[in-house]
Amino acid sequence: MVRALHPAAWWLWAVAMATVAMRTTNPVVLAALVAVLAYVVAARRTSAPWARSFGAFVRLALVVLAARLVLQVVVGQRLPGHTVFDLPSVDLPAWAAGVSLGGPVTVEAIAAALYDGLRLAVVLATFGAVNSLAAPHRVLRCLPGALYEAGVAVTVAVSFAPEAVTTLARVREARRLRGRPTRGIAGVRGLGLPVLEGALQRSVDLAASMDARGYGRRATVTTGEARTATAATVAGMLALFLASYGLLDSASPGALGLPMLALAVALLAGGLVAGGRRAIRSRYRPDRWLASEWAVAAAAVTAVACIAVAGRVDPAALRPSTNPLVWPPVPLLAIAAAALGLVPLAVTDTPR
Amino acid sequence: MIRFDRVTFTYTGAPAPALRDVDLVVPEGELCLVVGRTGSGKSTLLRLINGLVPHFTGGLLVGRVTVGGRDTQAFAPRDLADVVGVVGQDPAATFVTDVVEDELAYAMENLGVAPDVMRRRVEDALDLLAIADLRTRPLRALSGGEQQRVAIGAALAAGPRVLVLDEPTSSLDPAAADDVLAALTRLVHDLGVTVVLAEHRLERVVQYADRVVQLPGNGAPPVVGAPADVMATSPVAPPVVRLGRVAGWTPLPLSIRDARRHAQPLRDRLGADLPPRLHVAGDVVAHVHDLEARYGDVVALRDVGVDLRRNEVVAVMGRNGAGKSTLLAHLVGLRAPARGTVVVDGRAPASLKPRDAVRLVGLVPQDPGLLLYGESVDDECTTADREGALPTGTTRAALDRVLPEGLEGGRHPSDLSEGQRLGLALAVVLASAPPLVLLDEPTRGLDYNAKARLVTVLRALAGEGHCVVLATHDVELVAELADRVLVLADGEIVTDGPAREVVCHSPVFAPQVAKILSPSEWLTVAEVEAALA
Repeated sequence: MVRALHPAAWWLWAVAMATVAMRTTNPVVLAALVAVLAYVVAARRTSAPWARSFGAFVRLALVVLAARLVLQVVVGQRLPGHTVFDLPSVDLPAWAAGVSLGGPVTVEAIAAALYDGLRLAVVLATFGAVNSLAAPHRVLRCLPGALYEAGVAVTVAVSFAPEAVTTLARVREARRLRGRPTRGIAGVRGLGLPVLEGALQRSVDLAASMDARGYGRRATVTTGEARTATAATVAGMLALFLASYGLLDSASPGALGLPMLALAVALLAGGLVAGGRRAIRSRYRPDRWLASEWAVAAAAVTAVACIAVAGRVDPAALRPSTNPLVWPPVPLLAIAAAALGLVPLAVTDTPR
Repeated sequence: MIRFDRVTFTYTGAPAPALRDVDLVVPEGELCLVVGRTGSGKSTLLRLINGLVPHFTGGLLVGRVTVGGRDTQAFAPRDLADVVGVVGQDPAATFVTDVVEDELAYAMENLGVAPDVMRRRVEDALDLLAIADLRTRPLRALSGGEQQRVAIGAALAAGPRVLVLDEPTSSLDPAAADDVLAALTRLVHDLGVTVVLAEHRLERVVQYADRVVQLPGNGAPPVVGAPADVMATSPVAPPVVRLGRVAGWTPLPLSIRDARRHAQPLRDRLGADLPPRLHVAGDVVAHVHDLEARYGDVVALRDVGVDLRRNEVVAVMGRNGAGKSTLLAHLVGLRAPARGTVVVDGRAPASLKPRDAVRLVGLVPQDPGLLLYGESVDDECTTADREGALPTGTTRAALDRVLPEGLEGGRHPSDLSEGQRLGLALAVVLASAPPLVLLDEPTRGLDYNAKARLVTVLRALAGEGHCVVLATHDVELVAELADRVLVLADGEIVTDGPAREVVCHSPVFAPQVAKILSPSEWLTVAEVEAALA
């Protein structure tokens, strides 16, 4: 039996990789990141349905990249430089300053859009990678007891989409059997209601099943305990409200800022713990945080540190100039940050 | 363990109670079988045991239901979850998690069972139901039989003292059904679990029951008693019991084994002459040649070649996942062959426009409700006439043939019984008069009466020159109806021959009468009855 890495460790890894991507527009670093993500996913994903989400997100990322390029060409800012081709331009009224329609399209402008779009695409790919690697239901199992029921609501809601797709396929087949068209506008008309009905029926069945299997059972807690939990949560929300004033409004007294935020966090955490006592749930085979998880967490922190240092040492290398357009440099520290994303491979086993 | 005290239950807005004056005591460690026609209140009775009725459905409950000493009025279903485990008709609709192991642990997590105990009980449940090799599999990737066993395991792992099951074998092939029932009897015998079970296919379960509750419907109180006593008078009875009644055996046998003790004299009385089956097949209406079907990398059908003729009823049998539904999908043109050809009346159904295809071949899917969208029966009939460009009243005429007792036009399709819904869907399909009529698992959820009516209708269709093909697990239906049987295994045709020869020589597909009277090849009670008369 292969032990799966703690989902929180995968998420730390993904957040670190996304942070590295956010900090740079250098295509060399971004390409290295994509290679790392693809390699880790290919080596460590299982055959479960959710493991396919990396491919789906990469496709989405490509669409985003293409859209960014098209927008740049059509309505993007006109950057000076070497013109590739000219689009007929439209003069816009004065209030639309900053937006241009058509005009000369330069290599520099395309490069700037490509770098920027690539960064967004890599962040999306990171999200897809972590969804492939950490099973969504295992992530929800890490939630504190008081939030468990909200977590289940999310699981059920998330399962709605694949269920709806299955129902849709069955309804379409049934329409074909009734001799109705399945293509074109006539094929889409009237699909909504049966699909919705199916989904609703499933929700009711599921709710009955969950009820019959003890979902929502409560331990008996003293009124005092229950009141403490409620009071802490309400006070915490109030403190958070005040803290946001303190942080956003420069005229407010300093004590209202960070100290109030700390108080809010403490109160809310207390509320969660006290509220969790009402839930009597136990955990089946909880994910454990062992040496491998520490190693991945350490690698993630180091990667973020590396990219931060790289940004201080040589900011130009992380954001290579597109005007004038230069060959992007290879910042070794940033590449090292991306390479640290390979650490999970060393500390986990290949799934069956 | 379970006690019903003068229980009458009425759903909100219903004109009459669903159950009336039920007095019932089920002691610990018994297997109690609930039988009755569709709509007689079986599911309501089962759901009363864990409080889903009335807590979840609403309605008026008079009287008291207590389970393990707890009154279900005072305890919500979730607070009864440690005493009662429930398995529904459609296990896939009740799964909460994604993976087998988590599903088994789900109820225990809610009950707050200690982690080490939970770990042990999950392992026990995996062993008890023989699903240990599935433990890390996603639930959606399992076959119907596997899902059913996981659902039972999930109910069982929480250690309830009562297990309630609503038609647990209705979607399973004979072998998988036997596995599930074997697991259930083991629970009753070895662990003292009280099991309450509703089932239409009595031939599968009645010999395991300690007590039978027969719900007559129409508001009469239930008949409760030992299986042999209740079966002696019950309007619903398995073939072994009906054969016992015809032959006048006492005590009435409930199992094949009991019946075989009386079989020799009956065989002697019947003699060696089997009733001839008058089956003259007509022209070839569908021709399948070298068919191969794939789902991704998985080959679902391979080298399938078969000719289907007018005037014959062909049963397609085989395990869950053997490729039965896939074969039907190809015949009706929902799927195009990966290799080979499917020709119906000279044309390939997959290449036709939907409205032309329905004149050639019609399919009633496993869930006939999928075919129905109308607001009412009348609406459904007029829509079918209009869409098929048929003369007004064609569908209604077909419906009156399929359901001779009539069906009020104002009723909503989802309020019909299983048998009526199947009838309506069949009428919609028959309205276009396709020469080839396919039915996928038509007897799921049908009681014996509805089944007998279906047999009459389908026989008549074959007599008029249709070719009827059914994919089914129901061996008794095949014995009553089929002229020819195809057995699929792993996507290949392993047997293709006359029904009598194929089913009588198979230990899995033989109907009860054939098993009792073997080596004589009698198939149905009606045949025996006619020979004795």
